[in-house]
Order: sequence, then C-alpha cells, then structure tokens
Amino acid sequence: MKDILESTSQGLYCVPGDFYVDPQVPVERAVVTHAHSDHARWGCRRYLGAQPCEQLLRLRMSPDAEFRFLPYGETLTVGGVQLSFHPAGHILGSAQVRLEYRGQVALITGDYKLGTDPTCEPWEPVRCHWMISESTFGLPIYRWPTQATVFDSINQWWRACRDEGKCCLLYGYAIGKSQRLLAGLDPTIGKIYCHGAVEKGNDAYRRSGITLPETIYVGSVPAKQDWRGAMVVAVPSVHGAPWVKKFGRCSTAMASGWMAVRGARRRRSVDRGFVLSDHVDWPSLLTAIDACNPETVWLTHGYTASVARYLVEQGRDAKVLDLRGRNEGDEDATDDVTDDIINNVVGDVTNAFATDGNDSLSGDGKSP
Amino acid sequence: MMRFAALFDAIDRTTKTNEKLSALISYYLEANQSDAAWATYFLCGYKLRQLVPTKLLRVWAVEEANVPSWLFDESYHSVGDLAETLTLIVPPGEMLDDLSLTHWVEQRLIPLRAMEEVEQRDAVVSIWKQSPVQMRLVILKLITGAFRVGVSKSIVTRAIAEYAGVASDVISHRLMGTWKPSSLFFESLISKEVQDTIASQPYPFCLAHPIDHELGPESIGEAKDYAAEWKWDGIRGQLIRRDAKVFIWSRGEDLMENRWPEIESAAQLLPDGTVLDGEILASLGENQVLPFANLQKRIGRKVVSNKLLKEVPVIFQAFDLLQDAGEDMRSRPFSERRQRLDRLLSTIDHPNLCRTQLLPGTSWEEWSKIRDQSREMNAEGLMLKRWDASYEVGRVRGVWWKWKVSPYTIDAVLIYAQKGHGKRSGLYTDYTFALWEGETLVPFAKAYSGLDNAEIKRVDQFIRQNTRESFGPVRSVAPALVMEIAFEGLQRSPRHKSGIATRFPRIVRWRHDKKPEDANTLAQLLDLLPKSE
Repeated sequence: MKDILESTSQGLYCVPGDFYVDPQVPVERAVVTHAHSDHARWGCRRYLGAQPCEQLLRLRMSPDAEFRFLPYGETLTVGGVQLSFHPAGHILGSAQVRLEYRGQVALITGDYKLGTDPTCEPWEPVRCHWMISESTFGLPIYRWPTQATVFDSINQWWRACRDEGKCCLLYGYAIGKSQRLLAGLDPTIGKIYCHGAVEKGNDAYRRSGITLPETIYVGSVPAKQDWRGAMVVAVPSVHGAPWVKKFGRCSTAMASGWMAVRGARRRRSVDRGFVLSDHVDWPSLLTAIDACNPETVWLTHGYTASVARYLVEQGRDAKVLDLRGRNEGDEDATDDVTDDIINNVVGDVTNAFATDGNDSLSGDGKSP
Repeated sequence: MMRFAALFDAIDRTTKTNEKLSALISYYLEANQSDAAWATYFLCGYKLRQLVPTKLLRVWAVEEANVPSWLFDESYHSVGDLAETLTLIVPPGEMLDDLSLTHWVEQRLIPLRAMEEVEQRDAVVSIWKQSPVQMRLVILKLITGAFRVGVSKSIVTRAIAEYAGVASDVISHRLMGTWKPSSLFFESLISKEVQDTIASQPYPFCLAHPIDHELGPESIGEAKDYAAEWKWDGIRGQLIRRDAKVFIWSRGEDLMENRWPEIESAAQLLPDGTVLDGEILASLGENQVLPFANLQKRIGRKVVSNKLLKEVPVIFQAFDLLQDAGEDMRSRPFSERRQRLDRLLSTIDHPNLCRTQLLPGTSWEEWSKIRDQSREMNAEGLMLKRWDASYEVGRVRGVWWKWKVSPYTIDAVLIYAQKGHGKRSGLYTDYTFALWEGETLVPFAKAYSGLDNAEIKRVDQFIRQNTRESFGPVRSVAPALVMEIAFEGLQRSPRHKSGIATRFPRIVRWRHDKKPEDANTLAQLLDLLPKSE
C-alpha cells in the first residue's frame, strides 16, 4: 500500500498525488470524507470533497480556503492517481475515497453506515485491494435496531411527554445526527425547536435539497414561551447547562450508538437513550468488508485490535492502522468520536467560533 | 413480561425516588397478584437459586453469536455486565407472545434447573430467539441471579403501602424473613386485617446514622439523653425464640441455620415469645472480642467443625429487646426495653448469651476518651441511643447514632487498573494501590470509590495513556498517581502479596501534591497492626 498511501503523524498521505486524506493538522491539500471536524480539519489551504458535502464543508471551514467538489462516482486524476468519491451513508455528503494508482485500488471509508437514512445517499460497496475501514463500534455487542423501530420509540416518548405536559430535549450532534433525527420525528405531535448550532446545520441541509420538517430556532422565541409538549433538538454539550433551564419540566434523551450499553446510558444521566448511530455496527462492518472484498483491511478508530484479530482468524489479512495513537477500543469511554475530538483537540478553534456560550447562530455551539 | 421489563427500565432510568415510586405503583395497579408477588420478590433482592451455570451460558452465547470466545470476553470487559453481554451479543430475537412474569418464572425459568444440559441449551436458545433486547436483559438477569435495579426494599415497601392503603411499617414487617411469592402471599401482604405473626418472622431492623466527624456528637444534642455502648465489629443478628424454636436472622434477612450452634443452644433458655436484637461476635468472654477476621472463618461455613468451634467461639451480645413474653416492645422507649432486657438476661446466666455493657459517663468528653480505646477493644467506635426513642423501622434520623473512630489512612501509588461495572462500565475505575518496600512497589489494596466523576475521567485518561502492560482486563500503569487511602482495619493475611489485608479500603483524595516517591512504605503500614498480634 506504501506506493499509494502512507500513514504519517499528520494523517494519511497520498505520495504520488501529494495530498492528505482527512488530515489531523492543517495541510496544503486536504481530501475530506465528510464535514465532521475530526475529518475535515480547520485551517487547510485547499479542500476537495464530494459534491453533496459542499454546503456543510463551507459552513464549517474558513471561507478563505479554496474548495473543490466532485460528484459521486466521477474521477479526477491527481499526479497519476485516479481519485473518486463514493457514498458512505454516514451523513449528508459523506464519502468513501477511492484511489487507484498503477492498477491498485485503495479505499478509505471514512465514517460509514449501511442502514437507511433519509438525509443522505446510501453506502455503496467499492471493490478494492486495500480497505481502510473505521471500527468505532467493532464489537459483536453493537447491533443496531432498525431505524423505524428507533423512530417509533422516539415519537412514542415525545407523545408521552406531551401528554404529561413536559418538554422533550433530544441530544444529537449539530450536523448529521440532528438532521437524521428531525427527518424521523412526527411533526403532527407538536412543534420542533432547534439549538442554534443545529439550526445552522438544518439550513445547510435544506440548501442541499434535503427535506426536513419545519423547525424553529430556540433563540428566536420570546422569553415567556410555553414549552410544554415541544421537542427541542440540541447538541449534547448543553446537557445540564443553564441554557436548558428555560424549558421547565423536561425529559432528556440522547441518540447515539453508545446508548446500546446500559452503563454508558446511565453515565450520561439522561432520561432516555435511543440507539441510533451513523457508524457501522458489527454485522454491517463484516458485510461491508465482504462486499468490498479487499486483500488487506486496515482498521482505524475504536476496537481496531479486536476486529483485526477476528478477521485474521476468519482468514482475512487485517491490520491495525494507528492514526491517532488511541486505537485500543478505548473510545467506548468517550461520548462519540466527533464530540470528543471537538472538545479536546480542536477546542481552541471552536472557541474562536463560539460567541456567547452555547446557543448562537454565529457560533458552533460546541465550546468545550 | 414486557410490562415487568418496562418497570425495570422505568426504575433504571431515573434517580428520583418519586418517579420510581410512581412507576412501581402503576405496575401494582396493573399486575395480577401473582405477578405482583414475583415482582416484589425480585425487587426486594431475592434471587432464584442458580438455574444454569454461567459457564454454559457463555458457551452457548458464543455459539449463537458465532464469535470466538476471546471476543466474548472482550465484549464483556467493555460492557461490564455479564447478563447484558449475553443479551447484546446474540442477534435479537422476535417475540411471539407476551406471557406473564409468573409464566416466565414458573414455567420457563425455574424448570431450567432440573433439566439436562442439552435440554437446558435448547430452552435458553429459544429464550434468546423469542425475546427483544429489553425483555431479554431482565430474563438473563433473573437467570444469572444478577437482577438488581435502583430501588431499595424500603421504596418497594412504600409503594406497596401506598397502593394497598396499609401502613408501611406493617408491610415492612410482613416482607421480612422468607416467604413464597404467590398470589396468596400478595393477598395477605396487602390485607388490611391484622394477622398473626409467623413464628420465624423477624422484625425490620433499626439502623443507625453516622455522626458527622466535623460536627462531632454535640450536633445530636446533650449526652444525658443518650446511652452509650461499644460499636462491636461482628454480624448484626436478630434472635427469635418462639414456638419452642430458635431462629437467628442476619441483617440481610438470611436465616442463619445451624451456623451458630452455641448461640442456638443458649437461646433454648429464653422464654417463648422473646426477640433480641444484638451482635454475633467472636469472643473469648466478656469484653474479649476477637478481631472480625476470626469471625470470618466461620461465616459461610455450612457445617462448623469441632475444631473451629473451639478456635473461634461466638457469643450473641444482645443490645435490645423487641418482643418480651409475646408482647411487641418496639413502641416502648429504649430505657424501658433496656431495663426489661437486663431483667430477662440476668435470669439466664449463659456465657454465649450476654448483654452489651452500657458505658459509664455522662458527658461527650468522657465518652470521647472511652472511644479512643476502641481499637484496643476491637470495636469500631461507640453507639449512641436515645433513651426515650422507640425501636424504629430502618434508618430513621435521630434515634441511633454510630460514632466511629477515624479510619486509618496511608498514601499509596496507583499501579494497576481495571474497567468498572454498571454505571462505570468502560471506564477504568477499579484501582490497585501499592506501597514501597525498598525500591519496589508492593500492591496492598484495591479501591473503587472516593473519586468524583471529573477525577475518574482524568484518571481514566491517564491510565489509557500510561499503560505499560495488559494482563487480560488488567492494565499495569506507570507509577505516578498518589492517593490517600482510608481503611477501617487491617490484619495479617498470607493470601495477599503484602501480607496484609485491609478492611473497606477507599480513596480519600487524590494527592496531587505528592510524587510517587513520597508515598508510604509497607513498613509504615505494618506499624499500624494492632499491638496484640
């Protein structure tokens, strides 16, 4: 694989093409799989992403950077390397990066999932020689329920809260998870309000042509608002913060893959945990690898060592790709990859964004 | 069963007592009496005797999930709960019929125990195939005997009392001891009529509150209102003499049969209709109480050998009289109960059945001096009891106070860590601490509690970044963190690497101000051993 890609301290580097894929530090040329900030790093000179990612990437990155977008499936040749994007099903505009050089194909999945999601293109298998796959939830205890089941229980919870005169506070990441949640909510139950960071994400989604139910920005509502029966979609970092006080009696919920485990749910101290993830679970990870049928699988994020060992025992060539020096199945301790990175690694950058605490249309809403 | 699983969920996801109560009450309103009886049984912490060996459950889960067993183990360490791992790792099933809790327990779970292994396997697999995740977790917790949820017996008692319109003291008494969960039982549990006491049935225990170390005993009022006794380090017990039989109950409501033959035979001398509250102690005679370690040798032995009987003689040291000549004494003031206890036991002169001594003194200063001798007496401190108080149910404030001696403390270095369970699953929260012996650090105690959530997160991060080696789930870490460890007592133990076992070790605080080389030595720990040894 060395001919195409090298794992460096700055991230995955394509030698013949002279660009990084999802670099971890600002670089000259960045190919990004999607707009979450642990993949699309602030401060690069030039960004290349999949076409549907445009609105989100422009929203998140400095306007001074140079952007270029490529439709899914279209090929661009860079330094002899044929580059193309293929849907990853993670969030709007998320892509797997396919690199072909001298007849050899490498695939970088980025974050991906196989289930249905009305807010983005479904994942597509890509045949390759080398597959660099995430394994955030790479243990057989992670088996996602169907999306329909999850939304049924979310809407049921909302209805029950409305009948008790409570306000619902549903936490999801500002872009991706929140919009997927919105798309699954039943707007006949009540009004839907959004935290500023979520609302900015909504705008970008709508500009990209994704239909979402009507939402109201929390900050635009007069002070004496009756919040009973309302649904408020907000970023997880507001949990327990003064911002949520205004909603009065409320029931809180978190939507994340980690919610599959009771301990993680209780540690979060939310009232409800809904198992809804934008990453592959155990069965779909195995399905995806079989479908792409690579000669070698490299695993990043999460339970890399366990998945690699399992695959080797199944007769596949699999290795751990240590991208961040924290790939020991340890991410189960953090909220989510995205959340964690924003809080710890690029905290300074997001700080520069946030103006007055957590709820601001001009801020990121995820200040540490 | 879905209804019971939903109750489990409702209790599990809240920390508010009121919400738990209302979840319980609405369950009781809906459930039939037989289901209500079983639910009460499990919520009060009673368990079904082991139905299927855990080892087999693991094997079958591995086969059904089609994963290697090492991957099961890794999953288990990540989840931190066996029943939950068994629940999550097998692909979800589909429910055909939602049958009642009673049906599940009596028709599907209890019969498992008598089955051959092959039959058991089929039965367990069909449980997996027919249960959605939420229900499966509860069923597997019942099978593994690990069913626990965030309600105390007293909350369950309150819920039943409210639902049935019966005083909660009455419900609490009826729930004591052993009973068979059935609709008949539940009917009598919630009955408004007065019932005869069953001979073996114990009274609910009265429990003490700790005295705040900072505020001292002055915070509870004047010394003249209190009686002072040693707080002995033994097993709390209720000794019942009724129907010419003797029953000894532990605080955990275990009927301790044939465990304490010398006490049982002494109790034959008591008149019928007597109930004593007291402490079971290893003792060579009056005020010659042996350290708790001796008693430990007898705990858990079903059959006590003659040799052990000689080596570790036990006594029942009574400190309260709950029933006298068939009369319930609990509403009488302590002064009267104590007087009647003295009168009763003075007629029975038996070395294995004695009274706890009331300590002389009339002021906090005097008692404070006596308290300073606790360790030499093998006592944990003093008990202070209000002369005018009745015998209450549970931990009622202001009646009984425990005034313990300050614990021992020592500064130790964190050297191993393991992931925790339950709420702390996935986080490194179980630590092993070591003390210096020359140039090496010798592990001496494990401690799990004492840090707040923010500190736990920081230690967790430190451990992940400073792991030296992994032995299965245990990680050895660079010796850098120093913490102050408190413990109640210590004794020699050949089973520990340090040669010392500590009681109730826990973290007092993280000593950011200390470097590992500033931690204490093993020799300093040995200095704390009681001089008698």
